[in-house]
Amino acid sequence: MDILIYGVINSATLALMALGFTLVYGVSRLPNFAHGALYVLAGYICWLLLNRLGLPYILAIALALGLVAVVGGAMYQLILVRIRGMSISEIIASYAIGLAILEGLRWGGLKGGTFTLPAFLEGSVDIAGVSVDFQRILVVVLGALLVGLLYFFVNHTRLGLALKGMAQDERAALTLGIDSDRMAVASMALGSLSAAVAALILLPLGSIVVEAGYHVLIMAVAVCIVGGLGSWTGAILAAFVIGFAQILTTAYLGAHFQVVVAILAIILTLILRPSGLFGKQKELEERV
Amino acid sequence: MAKAHESRRKERLDRGVKVRSDGVYAVASWREMAFLLGPRLLLIAGLMVMPLVLWPAPYWQKVLTIICIYSLLAIGFDFLAHYVGLVSLGGALYIGVGAYISALLNTEMGLPLWATIPLATVLGGMVCTVLLWPCLPLRGVYFAIVSLMFPLLAARLIEAFDIFGGTDGIMGLDGFPNKWSEMYVLIICLLLALFALRRLVNEDVGLVFRGVKDNDQSVKASGIDITRYKALGVFIASSLGCLGGACLAHIYMWAGISQFALDFSIIPIAATVVGGGGTLAGPVIGCLILVPISELLRDFGTLRIAVYALILMAFIVFKSEGLMSYGARKYNQFEHWVEI
Repeated sequence: MDILIYGVINSATLALMALGFTLVYGVSRLPNFAHGALYVLAGYICWLLLNRLGLPYILAIALALGLVAVVGGAMYQLILVRIRGMSISEIIASYAIGLAILEGLRWGGLKGGTFTLPAFLEGSVDIAGVSVDFQRILVVVLGALLVGLLYFFVNHTRLGLALKGMAQDERAALTLGIDSDRMAVASMALGSLSAAVAALILLPLGSIVVEAGYHVLIMAVAVCIVGGLGSWTGAILAAFVIGFAQILTTAYLGAHFQVVVAILAIILTLILRPSGLFGKQKELEERV
Repeated sequence: MAKAHESRRKERLDRGVKVRSDGVYAVASWREMAFLLGPRLLLIAGLMVMPLVLWPAPYWQKVLTIICIYSLLAIGFDFLAHYVGLVSLGGALYIGVGAYISALLNTEMGLPLWATIPLATVLGGMVCTVLLWPCLPLRGVYFAIVSLMFPLLAARLIEAFDIFGGTDGIMGLDGFPNKWSEMYVLIICLLLALFALRRLVNEDVGLVFRGVKDNDQSVKASGIDITRYKALGVFIASSLGCLGGACLAHIYMWAGISQFALDFSIIPIAATVVGGGGTLAGPVIGCLILVPISELLRDFGTLRIAVYALILMAFIVFKSEGLMSYGARKYNQFEHWVEI
């Protein structure tokens, strides 16, 4: 039973980590290697606002979310837009930005002592004999809510539909008056926002460390590759596959093997179904 | 002012000596031969003399060996990224594999240094190629991501399972007989690798590599197995990295987890971008600039990684051709403003 419950929680965690990455890649074809850095940055900003400025938690969260979204958008507008379409440069530049943020934080901010955010709700509850704390339940609930909100946003709002249009056919979208650069900025801001949301939901479970940036990037990528890059259903399904695989290996083989699961999942996927669980290489697919 | 800009433009013309020496008449006069050989001899002579120049500063002699190791890694990265089209973000994997293989051969099997380094180069290249093989059908982005994961995972696996000496690493390797052999072995390996690769990319196999990069579908349509060519490219690049790793292990007489560190992944990339991608000599120049900076910043800890990342970003956005292409343009062409 605890395998089932913790599997669901772990899967929701992975899905949260991966959402922003797959969103940005789906719309602007930009592999955002700074994703993990934005995740850690959100946690750190929130911690600063909370502890240095003494703002109330809700306000700190809202401000941190807003700031990270702005950082993400600015990153695209100022730097990445200049090298749009040059895939090697895009990878290297976004990776460099991520590294600069992460290693800069390691040097200037996140050192000495542990940095933790308080849980939204204290306490725990018994589900079928397994004790689960409220924060972990919140991860699942908010994760589902975020997916729902993004789904609604993409399919039922003007901006969302524009993003979807651009993902499907950029040229056709241009002829309909959708400014692709602005949409890419919007998608990047949105992707950063969801990285920040993931950070603020997940970080209270542990502490804010720089390594989390690399971990999140790797897990996001693993989920996206297994699910088929850019496919939402695929990403969520893949989060569940990898999430349960991790919990099962931890339960039956030991925690050491957990690190192998992600890479094994990627390699198996690549050998058996190179386009991912839901990726359809040759078909016009919805990427948002 | 803006109007003045509009009414004139920069015209670039090849220098006469460049045009003449491009063709078969290259050996027609000493002047042209000097024009062609000058930059090459400058690099060779510069690297050969460097250890002697640095005689009074043993610390910087050590830095020179490190520069050579990073350069090996960087030309491998450049070759893989700009001629085969695979961006490998995990150069540390090659260094680590090379270091561990030579360490194991040296301490467990008792092979001498002159046997372990070549063996580690070839075996390490094979190990890395086999590890990366499943990822080879992937295009640029995906390959970059997966290759990024390997060194991180390798370090964690060694730590978690406590294999190959665990967190302590493998100690007690043979060192080089003296520091001169250390420097000259690396410098000669670097020069050989550089000129061999420059030759290779202009051979037939180099054409296939570039085809794989530019349009893999059409190479496939010509009945060529692109995965095999990619594997060959990875083998070449990772062998260079493993050579560097093996030398590194023997220089420090130690192989450990820190040889999977992030520096080995990021400096070669930064050096390639700064020096000029696709030129192969550029990354060496990039390393000659960046590695000393990194040594000067050693006191600031991880800030140095942030510094390269920023240099890297600035170059890729504002000067993406890199120093080498810039220099080559100034050397081969003259430019002047013309009225329109």
